Amino acid sequence: MTMALDLNVIWFGLVGVLLTGYAILDGFDLGVGALHLLTRKDEHRRLMINAIGPVWDGNEVWLVTGGGALFAAFPEVYATVFSGFYLAFMLLLCMLIFRAVAIEFRSKQPMRWWRQMWDISFSVASIGGSLLLGVAFGNIIWGVPLNGQREFVGSFLGLLNPYALLVGVTTVALFMMHGAIYVVLKTEGELHEKARGWINNTIIFFIICYGLTTMATLLYVPHMSQHMRAYPVFFAVPVLTMLAVANIPREIYHGRDFLAFLSSGATVAGLMALVAIGIFPNLVLSRPNPELSLTIYNAASSPKTLTIMLIIAAIGVPIVLAYTSSIYYIFRGKVKLDPMSY
Amino acid sequence: MDPILLSRIQFGLTISFHYIFPPLSIGLGVILVLMEGLYLKTRDPLFQQMTRFWVRIFGLTFALGVATGVVMEFQFGTNWAAYSRFVGDVFGSALAAEGIFAFFLESGFLAILLFGWDKVSPRVHMFSTCMVALGAHFSAVWIVVAGSWMQTPAGFHVVQSALRSRAEIVDFWAMVFNPSAMVRLTHTVLGAWQAAAFFVLSVSAFYLLERRHIKFARASMKIGLIVAVAASLGSLVTGHSSGRVVARYQPAKLAAMEGHFPASAPAGMYLFGWVNEADQRVTGLSLPGMLSFLVHGDTTKPVTGLTAFPPQDRPPVNPVFQAFHAMVGIGMVLIGLALLGAFLWWRGTLFETRWLLWILVFAVLGPQAANQLGWFTAEVGRQPWIVYGLMRTAAGVSPSVTTGQLLASLALFTLIYLALFVLFIYLLDQKIRHGPLADDLDVAYHRR
Repeated sequence: MTMALDLNVIWFGLVGVLLTGYAILDGFDLGVGALHLLTRKDEHRRLMINAIGPVWDGNEVWLVTGGGALFAAFPEVYATVFSGFYLAFMLLLCMLIFRAVAIEFRSKQPMRWWRQMWDISFSVASIGGSLLLGVAFGNIIWGVPLNGQREFVGSFLGLLNPYALLVGVTTVALFMMHGAIYVVLKTEGELHEKARGWINNTIIFFIICYGLTTMATLLYVPHMSQHMRAYPVFFAVPVLTMLAVANIPREIYHGRDFLAFLSSGATVAGLMALVAIGIFPNLVLSRPNPELSLTIYNAASSPKTLTIMLIIAAIGVPIVLAYTSSIYYIFRGKVKLDPMSY
Repeated sequence: MDPILLSRIQFGLTISFHYIFPPLSIGLGVILVLMEGLYLKTRDPLFQQMTRFWVRIFGLTFALGVATGVVMEFQFGTNWAAYSRFVGDVFGSALAAEGIFAFFLESGFLAILLFGWDKVSPRVHMFSTCMVALGAHFSAVWIVVAGSWMQTPAGFHVVQSALRSRAEIVDFWAMVFNPSAMVRLTHTVLGAWQAAAFFVLSVSAFYLLERRHIKFARASMKIGLIVAVAASLGSLVTGHSSGRVVARYQPAKLAAMEGHFPASAPAGMYLFGWVNEADQRVTGLSLPGMLSFLVHGDTTKPVTGLTAFPPQDRPPVNPVFQAFHAMVGIGMVLIGLALLGAFLWWRGTLFETRWLLWILVFAVLGPQAANQLGWFTAEVGRQPWIVYGLMRTAAGVSPSVTTGQLLASLALFTLIYLALFVLFIYLLDQKIRHGPLADDLDVAYHRR
């Protein structure tokens, strides 16, 4: 494989950065949602929601912008994937709607049934959303049936193949681990201790899923490791990812919760990098006819648009990163409930 | 059932429901900047109480705007894949720019606006309020630019490849400043300001009628009235400019708006009417020569009519006519209400004029309806084109999506949105009945 750093490669990277940003940031608040029902106390549940309260909708913007960037840079992919995975995406959108309104509505009324209803919505939507995102990624890795017009010709049930489901469950496990560390980071006292226990369990859950996914990928999806065989230097990525996972219990043990959180963030980034290395230069692999695949070249916008978008990104992204990190800094420290809280 | 029609219904349903909320965010953003600015200037706790109350309302409308907005970002791909492939090179950049320049700004600083009262200084909080308002307006800029490009495409050329043809960008700024973009933007933003202004007026009038929170309600009402007068009158001006752009670039739409059939003849303007499309007649009350006058400044100049276009290139006439006239009618009533309110404020009797307060309580529905009808006029009037003159709506749908899938998603959205609407109204009603919290008056602005 020869690779020149052209606009298409840069945009492959930028869309990857946006989706990785989404996975790291919304990943922890989807994970908090997935863990939400594990504590029964109303105060704990409020603390967990308020821990993500100021940041969750900003985190979701990474997905929206990732979608917009995909539309602008690789319109063929945007069109093929979203129309092809139609029902799966409609379900995902419903999950995201339910999550958003559950966070907003839950604590607005004192009735027990009301809160219970939104707690369940929040948790189910968080788990379901994570699962569907993972299933979508699983299908991108596995390959989907496309025709010569670049239209998806598979079925909804075909998307729920065992490999994609395994990636989906792994995503849920990853986000739960990431979310548990965030809860530890943002809380104190009883809930803090409880969440430390969640970290242990979710790490084990994640490692089992990750091991199985890796085995399945090596056995059944050999194209995912072709670049790594050709360029063994890429093997550093899985090594670093595993080291990042291994570092989490160590940091937690020493009470350095923020470093543990950075470690799990690095784990998410490492996994996304593995996917990127594996699929490059395809964006949507066609199975069984790989010659019909959508690549970063045949699915891209014109060089002019890619250039314009690069300028937009070069202006916008540094500003976004500057104020987003300032806002995270302002909301650092343990979460406390006050009259404006959810 | 026809998959094209189902996709259109779904897009219409999801955008209409979504569009209840962004105008409130855009307009309330401006009103919050005014209220918090007054607080910073005067340090009167009343303005702080007002800011906090309206921020809570803002939070609720914003959350629903986000929840329903994510759907829109992906619906071009899910339901309009052929359209997305054709326009992605041009249209996609506007959407991506909206994400980078608007959504991040809005949602990032919203955190400080809602939860940062005790964490930052009053000035930083004020700055955040301004950024949220600015973000909401940026979002309007990019989405209206994108939508306007579909009305008056510019700055592109069509390139034929082996597989299919597509629009590719030639001049980014010509795309952004396409002929209808700026008039549509100003008209849309002023419509949003009206939505929020009449919302504030409605809640304030309700408190005055109930004789609760009098000081709060009077002060809120004054700010609401100032914005209402400015935005209502501004809408009239921008509406007129918008009409002239439609006349120049989309004559078939203009002809449908007024039910004007003769290929080339002076045209009147109907106050109201009913279009019989079969025998090409309008029954109603018309001001003769008025449309000619508004378009050309001369009552005798001809205006292009619908028969100048082949039948397959004409939009549905009566729906566009009715939506347009209802929008204009509501707009006129809103101008009247705003001016009357301002006059009675000047006379010092506004807060005791109970009949007007009652009207204002319900007038909140006016701008909402007008915004929806205006959107309907613009989009249905563009038919049968998805990109005017370039791509037909029927050619834009996703070939891989089946009728069954469309029925399922449409049913899902209908159910969820109905439930959300009921919940939104219920929680809004609770918040309004609860009123501005007493402790909003004495909570220290800046504890740290």
